[in-house]
Amino acid sequence: MKTESRLEKVLTSGALAVTSEVGPPRGVDPEIVKTKANMIKDHVDGINVTDNQTAMVRMSSVAAGIIIKQMGLDPIIQMVTRDRNRLAMQSEVIGAAAFGIDTMLCLSGDHPKFGDHPMAKGVYDIDSIQLIQTVKNMRDEGKFQGGAEMKGSPKMFIGAAANPFADPFELRVMRLAKKAKAGVDFVQTQCIFNLDKFELWMKGVEDRGLDKEVHVLAGITPMKSVGMARYMKNKVPGMDIPDEVIKRLSGVTKEQQPEEGIKIAVESIERLKEIKGVHGFHIMAIEWEERVPEIVEQAGLYPRPEF
Amino acid sequence: MITAEQKPMQEIIQYIAPYDKILLIGCNECVTVCAAGGRKEVGLLASALKLDRLKHGKTIDIKEITLERQCDPEYVEELVATIDDADAVLSMACGCGVQTIAERFNKKHVYPAVNTKFMGASQSQGVWVERCQGCGDCMLGITAGICPVSRCSKSLLNGPCGGTSNGQCEIGPETDCAWVLIWERLKALGLESRYEELVEARDWRPAGGAGPRKIIREDLVL
Repeated sequence: MKTESRLEKVLTSGALAVTSEVGPPRGVDPEIVKTKANMIKDHVDGINVTDNQTAMVRMSSVAAGIIIKQMGLDPIIQMVTRDRNRLAMQSEVIGAAAFGIDTMLCLSGDHPKFGDHPMAKGVYDIDSIQLIQTVKNMRDEGKFQGGAEMKGSPKMFIGAAANPFADPFELRVMRLAKKAKAGVDFVQTQCIFNLDKFELWMKGVEDRGLDKEVHVLAGITPMKSVGMARYMKNKVPGMDIPDEVIKRLSGVTKEQQPEEGIKIAVESIERLKEIKGVHGFHIMAIEWEERVPEIVEQAGLYPRPEF
Repeated sequence: MITAEQKPMQEIIQYIAPYDKILLIGCNECVTVCAAGGRKEVGLLASALKLDRLKHGKTIDIKEITLERQCDPEYVEELVATIDDADAVLSMACGCGVQTIAERFNKKHVYPAVNTKFMGASQSQGVWVERCQGCGDCMLGITAGICPVSRCSKSLLNGPCGGTSNGQCEIGPETDCAWVLIWERLKALGLESRYEELVEARDWRPAGGAGPRKIIREDLVL
């Protein structure tokens, strides 16, 4: 074991892992974080805390992560290279580790253009792969990116994102290979709706033996409505939503659409469980955290293993 | 080349409002090629400024001159004969030209008439696109001749983010994904394996941020 991460323990045991996420509030109330975390705590092995997602200012992921950690739970802090340079990111990693946070996700982040500060300058001193290298170097070598020795290194279980659906498809397995080479321990994928394409990607991952180097957690998002599905299809970059999903949701009444969305999510998990290299699931229920437990239960992923 | 665009007329008019005798200076280099501040644009701007004064029942004396290279002290020296007559200088060169004049004639009021934009190339008639950020440590040798620093919206050095769709950047359909272009070209050149080489975190010092960057060529220094 490289770390004390609960997620690492679950994955190492061979059990299918389950993670989900909490978006921090756009204000100072810690109760919002606690309420959301409490909704999912018994059904997941780790709680992602997003970092200014969609480039909107929110409570910092490390601060919200500390709140969750102090509840006795297991935050997975996300860190985007858009908002900080390498000094700031390394100091945040140290700060998080000082509060016992042991799992994180290295991301490049949505472009500032999408958020409420489109006039902001993106930092991008390093990219997500270089952040993986940086954190791994801190953890395993006890050294800063600049080369100096640290006094006490952060034991982080290192994650990243993988999007099998973005262009060009043929590069997407190689991109995972690059993250593996950089030292990533696990990836959470973009929301999967096109299962055929995901299976094709996973075949490429398994053919190269990458599933033995990196734990792949399949991304699952329940659709609340056909409107949400259409929005994601047309407006969210890098999202692949087949017409059948839209057709299925529009085939039921508006009132039944949330249930249908949950059903699709559960069916997807059932099918994805059959793939050897899929080691767990990351459930992104956007502003719908309260429905995560029933998805986990219906998919046969409850109770969660105890450590 | 360095590209530029003329500033909004109102901004230029405000700059020169206190003066009656203006020396309007173009440059025969980059800003001529991108049609922002060459001899022709100097003529057009002079006419427009005179017309604006006339509309308000006033006149202005604008002397036009276009230097071979406004960023070169040797050519800027040519202004010695004329600059004393002017109350102020309005320069249509890039920021380098404006500063060369300000530095040489330190008692003269100097104003820019263009916004300097970027280092770019001509894509088609009337269209220029950014191609270089002058990062000081050129990567084109490992990225198949396509620059991720200036052409990827996040300057990512190890491949495309998850926002690429249909070969376009997540910021919009106007922008090609630099990494899709790099990948296509690596493939065409049979250099696919190069993609998987990790690019370590860059040393950005050559890109600036510690005062003006400088080149000293000992073999040329007098």
